[in-house]
Amino acid sequence: MTSAAHPTSSARKLWHFHGGLHLPDHKALSCEQAIAPATLPKRLVLPLQQHIGAPAKPIVEVGDRVLKGQIIGQPDGFVSAALHAPTSGTVVAIEELPVPHPSGLNAPCIIIESDGEDRWGERQPHDNWAGLDPSELRNIIREAGIVGLGGAGFPSFIKLNPGARTEVDTLILNAAECEPYITCDDRLMRERADEVIAGARIMRHALHARRVVIGIEDNKPQAHAALGAALARIDRSDIELVQVPTRYPTGGEKQLIKVLTGKEVPSQGLPIDINIVCHNVATAAAVHRAVELGEPLITRIVTVTGRGVAQPRNLEVLIGTPVDDLLQQCGGTTPMLSRLVLGGPLMGITLAHRGLPVTKTGNCILALTPGEFGQHGPVRNCIRCGECARVCPASLLPQQLYWHARAKDFDKVQDYNLFDCIECGCCTYVCPANLPLVQYYRYAKTTIWSQARDKKRAELARERHDFRLERQEREKAERAAKLAKKKAALEESPAADSEEAKKAAIKAAMERAKAKREAAGVEPKNTENLTADQQRQIEEAEARRATEKKNESANERE
Amino acid sequence: MLTAILALTLLALAFGLLLGYAAVRFKVESDPIVDKIDAILPQTQCGQCGFAGCHPYAEAIAKGEVDINLCPPGGETVVLALADLLGRDAKPVEGGAKEKTVAHIDEQTCIGCTLCLQACPVDAILGAAKQMHTIIADECTGCELCVEPCPVDCISMIPIKVEPATWTWPYPAATTQPANAS
Repeated sequence: MTSAAHPTSSARKLWHFHGGLHLPDHKALSCEQAIAPATLPKRLVLPLQQHIGAPAKPIVEVGDRVLKGQIIGQPDGFVSAALHAPTSGTVVAIEELPVPHPSGLNAPCIIIESDGEDRWGERQPHDNWAGLDPSELRNIIREAGIVGLGGAGFPSFIKLNPGARTEVDTLILNAAECEPYITCDDRLMRERADEVIAGARIMRHALHARRVVIGIEDNKPQAHAALGAALARIDRSDIELVQVPTRYPTGGEKQLIKVLTGKEVPSQGLPIDINIVCHNVATAAAVHRAVELGEPLITRIVTVTGRGVAQPRNLEVLIGTPVDDLLQQCGGTTPMLSRLVLGGPLMGITLAHRGLPVTKTGNCILALTPGEFGQHGPVRNCIRCGECARVCPASLLPQQLYWHARAKDFDKVQDYNLFDCIECGCCTYVCPANLPLVQYYRYAKTTIWSQARDKKRAELARERHDFRLERQEREKAERAAKLAKKKAALEESPAADSEEAKKAAIKAAMERAKAKREAAGVEPKNTENLTADQQRQIEEAEARRATEKKNESANERE
Repeated sequence: MLTAILALTLLALAFGLLLGYAAVRFKVESDPIVDKIDAILPQTQCGQCGFAGCHPYAEAIAKGEVDINLCPPGGETVVLALADLLGRDAKPVEGGAKEKTVAHIDEQTCIGCTLCLQACPVDAILGAAKQMHTIIADECTGCELCVEPCPVDCISMIPIKVEPATWTWPYPAATTQPANAS
């Protein structure tokens, strides 16, 4: 097969997204060395939440022995991901430990001490994936704990489920890797292009997508060639490989879709709304491993780079390995190190310390030296230059967002489509006043979410309070009704007619007894053949009874 | 002249009838501003404002009888929202904003007296006479009304822990001067 069979960038019309930046990419630091496996750490810290959604539920206990690839955390609910043991060993603790999160807070983690054997548990490869139903494929991918490896960490099986009525036109494989310094996808494509293509084909099958387009920035010619060669090997002309111009943030999902198809994802919408699904190349490779080799997501490729580390390179790392281990393996840090960043220089978060573990979404450990990237001058006032609006790839007005977020006017800031901001950091990068713009947006976003949570709680409390008031009213009414009924009954009972009713009741009872007696043939005993004395005694007793009764009723009347 | 008077009278009658009908047909039971204010209040029903719950306080605010800064659980957010809604000046919260808490019953000490059950404005305590009580934490508003009636002091208010999922980014440190300062 020649490249003529594979439409390249020249064959496809490309579009532009608004704004964006040409940045010094610093990729040469780490992109020339082959991926090396990281040394097996003694202790692995596995946060139960390494993805968007609910944390996994631990299904192992302290002291349990686990094998490599064994599931240790079950997904909890639909939007959640499973967690697996990255190596064989013993669960030594399940406790709250610091996790790589901008808050620096602790979160529940499973801690595994490795036994050094790295022994695999049972693996279930599915060679015949083409014969599997998409839902079965999604289940395999779900159970393998695969999440988007590009950075966001959204559970992949959900993105592979377009819904019964939605037809997927294009599956886009995101190979842009646009953020400076990061080269893990570049190396993956150069060395394991076959895995990426295999994963793409499985994903395509799961989605029933009409076509597959791989979008790769033109600063990665070797990766592009490797993918082209892999496609030629399997003779697939239906997977299109497209080179796109290097421009940050082409790797943003919406931006890449715009460049490749000219279509725009609606505000606050998803690519699936325009019949497109977008996955990262590393996710595709992970899908291939999960389906065809039966290996869950327990490793990832991490770029360890920056001028603050002695030998920058890419490592294949077990999830849960401490950052410090990786730095050590790259020759340790240099004395110039000023800041450790997880992720890229624009979107990454500062790491509080080196003991934090690598998670599924941790694509890069960046050791920065002072003044290495971007300007960090003193913060000044906004001069309204409009540079931020010029570079915003989401076509927003960052300056307006800034003013309203600063004034804590959360309605206004949403009117300016705050939630379409992808936090790419372009505005902060170009701001001549060095304003921490993205931090204002993140502050506004998280505060709005927090207020929405409070509002929901308030609604619930109002409902319950109203119900309680209603219940109290009802109980009061019920009590009053009961009391009234009792009173009415009391008033009725001593009335004159009730006396008669009583008499009637007694009479009726006597008659009933008599009838019963007669029916049973029982006769009063000793009523015949009485002596005169006996007769007299009876009469006396009757008379006594009569007077007593009279007295009683007289007393009662008094 | 006569035609004009007649026409105007007729018009006045017609519109009068229309307005009268509309007033009956579209009658508003409660004051809508009260509901708007009530929607902003945090519904803790704690009574720290001096009223017997959020709705009575909302009514008092609507009548203009009281200030808008008497709600410690609502904090600055509620004051700002009320100021925005009513066009009044925002003020610092009376008594300072309060950290969010949730009640906790020490189940070893609880004697099952049901006094807290009766005090809870949102029925968030589960229990019965001579049975141990417990708080339904998701429904507790942190109003503290159950603390006082407890005869054995087994209820404590514990701060709600911030987790990564509920954490909010801090407001960027103010290193600039206000833009309008000259």
